[in-house]
Amino acid sequence: MALLETRDLTAFYGDFQALFGISVAIEAGETVAIIGANGAGKSTFLKTVVGLLPSLPGSIHFDGEDIAGTRAFDNVARGLVLVPEGRRLFPSLSVEENLLVGSHRRSGRWTLARIYELFPVLAERRNQPATTLSGGQQQMCAIGRGLMADPRVLLCDEISLGLAPIVIRDIYAVLPMIKAEGAAIVIVEQDIVQALAVSDRVYCFQEGRMKLSGKPGELTRDAIHTAYFGI
Amino acid sequence: MNAWLLVWLDTIIQGVLLGGLYALYATGLSLIFGIMRLVNLAHGDLIVAAAYLILALSQFAGIDTIVAFAISLPLMFALGYLLQRYLLNRTLGEDILPPLLVTFGLSIVIQNALLQGFSADTRRLPIGGISGISVPLGGGIAAGVMPLLSLVAAIAVVFALNQLSYRTRLGRALRATSDDTETAQLMGINNKQIYAVAMGLALAVCAVAAFFLGSRSTFDPTTGPARLIYAFEAVIIGGLGSLWGTLAGGIVVGVAQTVGARINPEWQILSGHVAFLVVLILRPRGFFPRAFD
Repeated sequence: MALLETRDLTAFYGDFQALFGISVAIEAGETVAIIGANGAGKSTFLKTVVGLLPSLPGSIHFDGEDIAGTRAFDNVARGLVLVPEGRRLFPSLSVEENLLVGSHRRSGRWTLARIYELFPVLAERRNQPATTLSGGQQQMCAIGRGLMADPRVLLCDEISLGLAPIVIRDIYAVLPMIKAEGAAIVIVEQDIVQALAVSDRVYCFQEGRMKLSGKPGELTRDAIHTAYFGI
Repeated sequence: MNAWLLVWLDTIIQGVLLGGLYALYATGLSLIFGIMRLVNLAHGDLIVAAAYLILALSQFAGIDTIVAFAISLPLMFALGYLLQRYLLNRTLGEDILPPLLVTFGLSIVIQNALLQGFSADTRRLPIGGISGISVPLGGGIAAGVMPLLSLVAAIAVVFALNQLSYRTRLGRALRATSDDTETAQLMGINNKQIYAVAMGLALAVCAVAAFFLGSRSTFDPTTGPARLIYAFEAVIIGGLGSLWGTLAGGIVVGVAQTVGARINPEWQILSGHVAFLVVLILRPRGFFPRAFD
């Protein structure tokens, strides 16, 4: 059985249905990319999986346990950790405090020292308010904060959004190191090339439905294009 | 020094000491507002309820007021925790009206319960001879020991809460939740639990305020709402979310009141409110507003 599995997952914002029967399976140690245009339901999917949005019983399984409907802070204790879109660092906390908040409920392999090893620039700025960091550094801090919870599955929402290509490269360069620790990684990306380059498998969403899935090498450009844009 | 100067110096010193008491009223309110944006309209009544709790403990158990005060601290913490956990957490959401209505109702419930249980008689916490002792500060100015202690207590409470906020894991979680509730939950922080702890802390501070309220002056079941107003003014003058600001705000209100009273005894309460309005006009966000929001 997969480490993280959704079965026919649906999500609603009031009367508006955002996800229609999404079924995915993610194995331990895998890197999976979810791609899709704006409004495809990628972020909604991540929020529903971690418990920020409600879900029906039986629709989310983690390590064999039905976790649908459990709350986000309890899922962190299981090792299901989301790095939210837009970084969302705590503005009144320093860089180091932001990282430490990550280990509030759960900690393990990733310590402060190891995060600073991964992102040396954060060590230099550890006592500064998190808001004084550049966009790329903030993203590093947000990823580091997520790692401090010793994730078994790390879900990353649009970690390249608004960043310069060179910074994106730096950030993606650490994914193999995170993977080496045994965590499964789920990335949500609008940048298809980046997503295909780092992932073992890809899911493509379109308007709340799964349109395509497979290994990056086995998917044709045309198939991805069709699944992405729907034309 | 001439006599005129001494009179004003004395007035300001007494105002600062009074401000310590107002800061104690305000600290719990400031803490709660800072963390969960909840305006607790029952705050003043909870202080008065704590004063009756200390009184009841000392009378029924026949113990010293100081001991009763010490026992009231964990009791008020527990009350705050349960109040938040089982009542106020249910009112929090996108809409700011439910917590206002519920705490307003709570205010009335507390006042009437106290009236029922303790009658409308004015009470005082008996603290023995210490209430009459004063310390000479030179130049003929003297400060009462209890007013001095209330200022010291206010500083100690604000210092302790700041240490808690900036040095402990709990404090970090409190500040993170205050910044961004949703993201705090993504870090494994149970926001409802954090709110309950925060309300517990706020009501423990209310017990401190109640001890000084009851030992410096008299109280009855209707004393609460006026304390709430002073507390509000102190919080707003100081800047929302800053505890040291709240202490400064309390002192501003206290000094304004004693200065007003020195000019004309009828102006005491009014001049505190006028000072508040002046600050609101000149610095709408208070003296020490948060850098963001």
